[in-house]
Amino acid sequence: MCLGIPGQIVEIVDHENLMARVDVAGVRREINIACIIDDAHPPEACVGDWVLVHVGFAMSRIDEAEARKTLALLDQLGEVEAELATMRASEAPA
Amino acid sequence: MKFVDEFRDPDKARALIREIETLLPQIPRADERPLQIMEFCGGHTHTIFRYGLEQMLPGAIELVHGPGCPVCVLPMGRVDDCVALAERPEVIFTTFGDAMRVPGSKKSLLQAKAEGADVRMVYSPLDALALARANPDREVIFFALGFETTMPSTALTVLAAEREGIDNFSLFCNHITTVPTIKAILDSPDMQIDAFLAPGHVSMVVGEAPFRFVAEDYGKPIVVTGFEPLDILQSLWMVIRQLAEGRCEVENQYRRIVPPEGNSAGLEAVAKVFELREFFEWRGLGSIDHSGVRMREEYAHFDAERKFPVPSLKIADPRSCQCGEVLKGVIRPWECKVYGRQCTPQTPMGALMVSSEGACAAYYQYGRLAVEAQRGKTG
Ligand code: SF4
Repeated sequence: MCLGIPGQIVEIVDHENLMARVDVAGVRREINIACIIDDAHPPEACVGDWVLVHVGFAMSRIDEAEARKTLALLDQLGEVEAELATMRASEAPA
Repeated sequence: MKFVDEFRDPDKARALIREIETLLPQIPRADERPLQIMEFCGGHTHTIFRYGLEQMLPGAIELVHGPGCPVCVLPMGRVDDCVALAERPEVIFTTFGDAMRVPGSKKSLLQAKAEGADVRMVYSPLDALALARANPDREVIFFALGFETTMPSTALTVLAAEREGIDNFSLFCNHITTVPTIKAILDSPDMQIDAFLAPGHVSMVVGEAPFRFVAEDYGKPIVVTGFEPLDILQSLWMVIRQLAEGRCEVENQYRRIVPPEGNSAGLEAVAKVFELREFFEWRGLGSIDHSGVRMREEYAHFDAERKFPVPSLKIADPRSCQCGEVLKGVIRPWECKVYGRQCTPQTPMGALMVSSEGACAAYYQYGRLAVEAQRGKTG
């Protein structure tokens, strides 16, 4: 629950509610970006950002090279698959 | 060094271990008893076992696996409350998957679901809110649990529900806090911990400052630590170096993720929605002052505990459980009388057998080798 997974923001889907679409190892879902924006880094600037995604929220911006290394390591541990399975299994309305 | 080749950078891992070995003799009293270093966070515990880190370390270092697994420390009475809420006919009870199997005094959420309760697993509190939006005639309750890491996400979800005027959504709030818990461990009379690894993702939210008291008031080194095996080795080296040099400070090994000041937007949302409880009950550790949060009066209409009756009974842990002693490092998991006999991951009696982040389950799953190695080490 506390580990999180790196993903890349591909578009902003709802400016008002600060929702963005993120790509996590090829799986896309909507996440909230309230914790990674400020005046110097508004929502528009987030597209292309690599972020640590945590239960549906971007919690921290990370460097792309770091993000890729972390993903590779998590993948080796089978933890990327586990996280994606949790995302897919979520019993939320589509 | 069985697993060292799996590291991102095996040479660096070897070098760190060599460094640690060189520093150890410079630590006063290190030859009298093993140095106890506590990793608070269940995520760290998981990495330590997955990579067999304990086996790589010199015998003079003992890792104590702290209470930082929110699922493990949930008291049975709270699970009973979840089940009671989930069994209400109007309720859709939503939870993270890892809470499904935690035993209550009569059943787990998984068993309640099998008996017909509408329990649904979600990945995010936002998914629970979406369920509330889609089912206006039902009451959707989200089982909020976790340390400061997950608090901003539930707080922001409540704020979104309020903005949208979704009134069939509520939280059953079981969030717990790190700092009072570390303090309770430091204050316990049988405590022998020499240094701490602070949880990386909690720190990402709260920053470094809340951990200063560990160094300043208790004189113990503490290092904010990431979750990869190299992160943990590097942090161990950092605390050992502090001990060898007679320093105690908060250091940050996980700077690539943890800004020293934390996450201000997240903290702001948390402060808006939550306030400290007088005390919160932990499985294995008992009641700890200010170690949990509840929803502020202004958000009472999103609070499942105020919206619905909950039994809130206190259920004592079985007498033979020694989880508290394991959590504080007084005994090792396999020294508990019921370890591996009455208490296994399939039939957990105590908190620490419940999830793979709990020390006992981790030993059971990965640690047979480690246990053998430890036994060899300590005679
Ligand atoms: S073996 Fe079971 S009862 Fe004993 S400390 Fe571990 S989890 Fe608790």
